Amino acid sequence: MTLGVIILAHTALNRTAEIAQYWSDYGCKVAIHIDAKVGPVEFGKLQASVGHLPGIHFTPRINCVWGTWSLVQATITAAELLLAQEPDVTRVLLTSGTCVPIRPARYLIAHLEEYGQADFIESVTTADVSWAVAGLEAERFTLYFPFSWKKRRKLFDWAVDVQRKLGVSRRVPAGLVPHLGSQWWCLTRRTLEAIFSDPERDRRARYFKQVWIPDESYFQTLARKHSHKIESRSLTFAKFDAQGRPHTFYDDHLHLLSHSGYFLARKIWPKADRIYRHFLTKRSLTASELSTSPSNVDQVLTKAAGRRQTGRRGLYMQSRFPLAGQVRSKCAEPYLVLEGLHTLFPTFDGWFAKATGARVHGHLFAPDRVRFHGDVPVYAGCLSDIAALRDYNPEAFLSNLVWNTRGEPQAFHFGPKDQQRITSFIASDASARVTVITGAWALQLHHLALPFAEKRKQAAILQRTEAEHLNILRSPSANVKLLTMTLETALRDPRRALVAVLEHQGLRPGVERSGLPSLTSTKGLAEFLQDLKNDGLRLHLVGNVRDIPDDTPEITRSDYRKTGT
Amino acid sequence: MSAFSKYSRLYRLHLLRRRLQLRALRKGRELHRVTDHTKAIKPRDVLLLTTLRNERLRLPYFLDYYRRLGVGHFLIIDNGSDDGSKDYLAAQPDVSLWSTWHSYAYSRAGMDWINAIARRYGVGHWLLYSDVDEFLIYPFCDTRPLPALIDWLDEAGIQSIAAMLLDMYPKGEIAKRPYTAGQNPFEIAAWFDSGNYTISRNAKFGNLWIQGGPRARVFFADEPQNAPALNKIPLVKWRRNFVFASSSHMLLPSQLNKTYDSRGGEQICGCLLHAKFVEPILAKTAEETLRGEHYAGGREYQRYAAGFSKIEDLWSPRSEKYLNWKQLEGLGLISRGNWA
Repeated sequence: MTLGVIILAHTALNRTAEIAQYWSDYGCKVAIHIDAKVGPVEFGKLQASVGHLPGIHFTPRINCVWGTWSLVQATITAAELLLAQEPDVTRVLLTSGTCVPIRPARYLIAHLEEYGQADFIESVTTADVSWAVAGLEAERFTLYFPFSWKKRRKLFDWAVDVQRKLGVSRRVPAGLVPHLGSQWWCLTRRTLEAIFSDPERDRRARYFKQVWIPDESYFQTLARKHSHKIESRSLTFAKFDAQGRPHTFYDDHLHLLSHSGYFLARKIWPKADRIYRHFLTKRSLTASELSTSPSNVDQVLTKAAGRRQTGRRGLYMQSRFPLAGQVRSKCAEPYLVLEGLHTLFPTFDGWFAKATGARVHGHLFAPDRVRFHGDVPVYAGCLSDIAALRDYNPEAFLSNLVWNTRGEPQAFHFGPKDQQRITSFIASDASARVTVITGAWALQLHHLALPFAEKRKQAAILQRTEAEHLNILRSPSANVKLLTMTLETALRDPRRALVAVLEHQGLRPGVERSGLPSLTSTKGLAEFLQDLKNDGLRLHLVGNVRDIPDDTPEITRSDYRKTGT
Repeated sequence: MSAFSKYSRLYRLHLLRRRLQLRALRKGRELHRVTDHTKAIKPRDVLLLTTLRNERLRLPYFLDYYRRLGVGHFLIIDNGSDDGSKDYLAAQPDVSLWSTWHSYAYSRAGMDWINAIARRYGVGHWLLYSDVDEFLIYPFCDTRPLPALIDWLDEAGIQSIAAMLLDMYPKGEIAKRPYTAGQNPFEIAAWFDSGNYTISRNAKFGNLWIQGGPRARVFFADEPQNAPALNKIPLVKWRRNFVFASSSHMLLPSQLNKTYDSRGGEQICGCLLHAKFVEPILAKTAEETLRGEHYAGGREYQRYAAGFSKIEDLWSPRSEKYLNWKQLEGLGLISRGNWA
């Protein structure tokens, strides 16, 4: 068997020379088409370097434009030349100037021989194609495409729209079923001769001249008509990105390519010296290269497409800056905002960390400075504890903290004495889980050694601040996962309150068996609250004052599992 | 109304761009040609532009680094060096050199000169604007040189990419070890802040304004709003009507500043590793403070001079030691976008 190879090239002719030499060394016959846009000096150099080699031909040069018939025309001319001038050629392989044989040619030849008279051409009906750009699958065959897609995109789209509205639909020539597929094929002499000698050839050519990207459909459709046996796959490894552009391979892809299981790859960056050197001098395959894993490449490409489309959640950086309303989850991972809990349960932090595995910070938004876990001055990612830095952009501070600590859930305390600007960010963030014991500040106030008049003043401010905070968290546009309970509810059944908090974090009930944190003393609280009310303050966040237990000696301090059931 | 304000904004930017172009034309006359190898520039060459003053010590590694990265030609403006920088550069075959003794401040931190040179030699090329202490890192930079990157950018229809400034600093005693010519500065300044950057969007120019890092954390903690801008757009496919508006922080026309995705995706971007905190910085700081030639009257330099006993304080137990571009990508400082 003798293999004929067509090379369609328009740049990096030094590589074309190397590849042509390679095929020639293996006894293959080569037809080279160089785009007419290439200057005479460069072309002359190529001719001088490989023109003298046996079985290398140059075909008449035409100007090739992507997406048009010119590419098919160049291919036909080259194939006819090979068939006519090299009578021993039994198969023709179509390649581009950026195709590199990634398995030694003798493996390719052996593979072709193994398959007898099969034609290797990916050929799929339009209904089954999902990879075509711009959603034009069937319409490639039924519309007119007078404008360049690359240079006149708006006109191109406009023309398609107009034709759709007018109901333009060209008739596909009788006897043909439109098929699409990769343009890199390997056909037998018999099939090519049948296509070229068909009496309908000229009429079909006229039709395909109006089809968009005919190099993906002309041979794919006609092979279906003339081939005896189609092996619908390409021997050439070619990938496309989400925008339909061919993927370029570089030196760092060498391992992926040698394990792809294909015989050729496109497109290789012309200056990828290592790839060219490696594959063009390779004479045999190792055992590991024979066992293939093309899915690795797919993973790499899928990952890149995903990164471009959706990016990494919760990351704000120089090339990813989602504007307001574009994303629901504003932080990388769920984080927990705890309001009022450590007022009721002084040992809450240690217990909660143990029960949930979360890192429990203090008041991150305290006015004087950031209370990181362990009270350190600099935390993950070099976040500073200096309040001015945090308050300059609190949203960035919080999203940075969650990003910097990915893999470890973060929890922090918050209350009406903290800087409130972060509230609207938390409210809009689907990754926030907020638990509020409303009115817990009253208990803290009760414990302070201050004159009553001062407490009365502070209570009014704290209540107003918390009410404002809750309003934002409860607004209809909020995405936050919110759990609120009044101080009264929490005090009447602290155990249930804690279980509810755990459940709100998505934890299984029963985790509380590790023991529960002790409750602070509430002695005199109800009386204090009543005094505030008597002084004219309407307490609307603490719950029903008269139902607050005067003190809770029977369930305080140690373990109140017995009473809490 | 919103359409009106949009167009009036665009018109004002247009006027600003024309004004900057005219300035560049005028200020370009302040430059004297020292060596001109621009005839050797090939059509696909990446051109590096920079302005410098007394950088003889740093130049060998700088040129070497960017040559290895695939820069085709250097277009350099020497602003009155007296330490041999000029002679050193004049002897380089791939450097075209201009010199001027005029004011750096009056040429908008050298940007008028840069715009003049860019318009003259840069049209149709990818231009890289980098100071002598800045070193570009981008995804795959260890296996794919700049020509691979720009080939891909051209194919993807991308005109400009961002590379924020990443301030690097030393740890402990090494901070006092002076830098020697030809040395990789990041052997000394190997550390950086990985996750304390703040971003806001500049509505007028459409660019992102990034602050943070060690300078904000240590020198500007009390007035973070004055911390230096770290956002840069150093790599641009130049056209006749382009100008650098304020260093490479922003360009005009303003679509060049849209180097980010605002719907959640990630665009390709890199980092400029900033070898600022490497000795001899103290001498330089003192000199620049006296000269008052820098942004906002050398305010930044004044602050450094005042706080410079603290250079060792930049390092913290949470600092990250630099390894490679993959590390920066993992930390979310750079992204490959869809360049796979």
